[in-house]
Amino acid sequence: MKERRNIISKGRQEFDRDLGRLEAELILMSGLVEKAIFNALTALKNRDLARSRRVIDEDDSVDEAEVEIEKSCIELIRRQAPMAGDLRRIIASLQVASELERIGDYAEGIAKISITMGNQPPLKELIDIPRMGDMAVNMLKRALEAFISRDASSVRALNVSLEKDDDAVDDLYAKVQADLMALVKSNPDNAERATYLMWVAHNVERVADRAMNIVERARYQATGEVGN
Amino acid sequence: MALNDTDLLSQAGSAENIMTFDDIEPILEARDLSVSYGTKMAISNVAIQIPKNSVVSLIGPSGCGKSTLLRCFNRMNDLISSATVRGSVNFAGQDIYAPAVDPTEIRFRIGMVFQRPNPFPKSIYENVAFGPKINGMTDDLDAVVENSLRRAAVWDEVKDRLGDSGLSVSGGQQQRICIARALAVNPEVVLMDEPASALDPISTQAIEQLIQELSSEVTIVIVTHNMQQATRISDYAAVMMAGEERVGRLIEYGTNDQVFGNPKDARTEAYVTGRIG
Repeated sequence: MKERRNIISKGRQEFDRDLGRLEAELILMSGLVEKAIFNALTALKNRDLARSRRVIDEDDSVDEAEVEIEKSCIELIRRQAPMAGDLRRIIASLQVASELERIGDYAEGIAKISITMGNQPPLKELIDIPRMGDMAVNMLKRALEAFISRDASSVRALNVSLEKDDDAVDDLYAKVQADLMALVKSNPDNAERATYLMWVAHNVERVADRAMNIVERARYQATGEVGN
Repeated sequence: MALNDTDLLSQAGSAENIMTFDDIEPILEARDLSVSYGTKMAISNVAIQIPKNSVVSLIGPSGCGKSTLLRCFNRMNDLISSATVRGSVNFAGQDIYAPAVDPTEIRFRIGMVFQRPNPFPKSIYENVAFGPKINGMTDDLDAVVENSLRRAAVWDEVKDRLGDSGLSVSGGQQQRICIARALAVNPEVVLMDEPASALDPISTQAIEQLIQELSSEVTIVIVTHNMQQATRISDYAAVMMAGEERVGRLIEYGTNDQVFGNPKDARTEAYVTGRIG
């Protein structure tokens, strides 16, 4: 009896290894989308169209990573019929992969806007949008760290802190919108370029929102609580 | 938590991890229930309430006392000469272990279905009519047999061969005939000890569906090792665990959502995720 309890079965060890692999796939995917957001905004700022095109091409790898994670999760559910913490971990991983895939799409969207702008210089010097981008990527990194920790108190603490960051991103977004609207009002010819930047800012704001969604998934994984 | 920690495995669950029902009167309630076989204690200080018309699963590693607890609910442990039961089991407001109580009558009102189908070596009809006959029922026996076989979802399969031996049909059918036999005396509770573990997937599905249908009129307590089955059919799950001294204790009792989705006791989590047991 004692011996049996102390030895975790081979099957269970294999399951733990698979869960570890799933986590590694998520970390890699998160790295890809962080890089994509950074590259998309840097390319926009520097008017580097080749770099924007690379962001668009590389989004395929993000999509593939999501498909692989989805397959791994389906396989684990089918094979292991997971319960309790295992089930929450797999479900939350599926959800996080989907959030990351959407963030990848925002990066691709920014890159496409940049290409549409072509050789036109941005309407105004890009200061607030890259700041929003830095904050959003930082939120994403911390949200994923909380997810990996699977620890309820870390997730709760981070949630409080990230809500403040999310508010700060929202405030910057409002400021960018106000600045751009003022430029349009002063000269209607600015409308097209202002709209481009408005869309870029919108995409960055959504990245921060998705990071908050990841914290919510991390909370579900750690505590079983669903919803707000 | 070190899951092989002797003390932790030996502990009873903390009270807040064991559900009680304030708003409904339980049909069965065990209090301070302990069972020994000779000098060896099998389960210790179990307190559990079974709400009426619900399905409650008893789960836990082998040797944790699930079947012992189940047998306490209709005094089947009386049939084991070395067994001593302490504490009480209240059924419909009465302690079934009180001296004046007739265990045979209790077993009619709280029926039992076992792991291996055990039809008597008699006809299908006689198997189902057995209980009502013992109870002195002679009127409308045909109707009772038909109704019981219908409730056990096996009537259509055996209606043309009621005179055949109960042993002549498939294992899944035999088990449903045994369920019909238990239902024939209109029990309020049916105890099931791994009723589908010896059956193929189709027969298992039939039994699971039957359990869910019956639960609107009968309370069911079921011991199962199949956790997916427990999540499918039960409303509540009770987790038992035995420590190194091999005395079973109730460590957690709650809704399926709690026990299989987000257990409160780390030992439950370890058991349902296959880390112990």
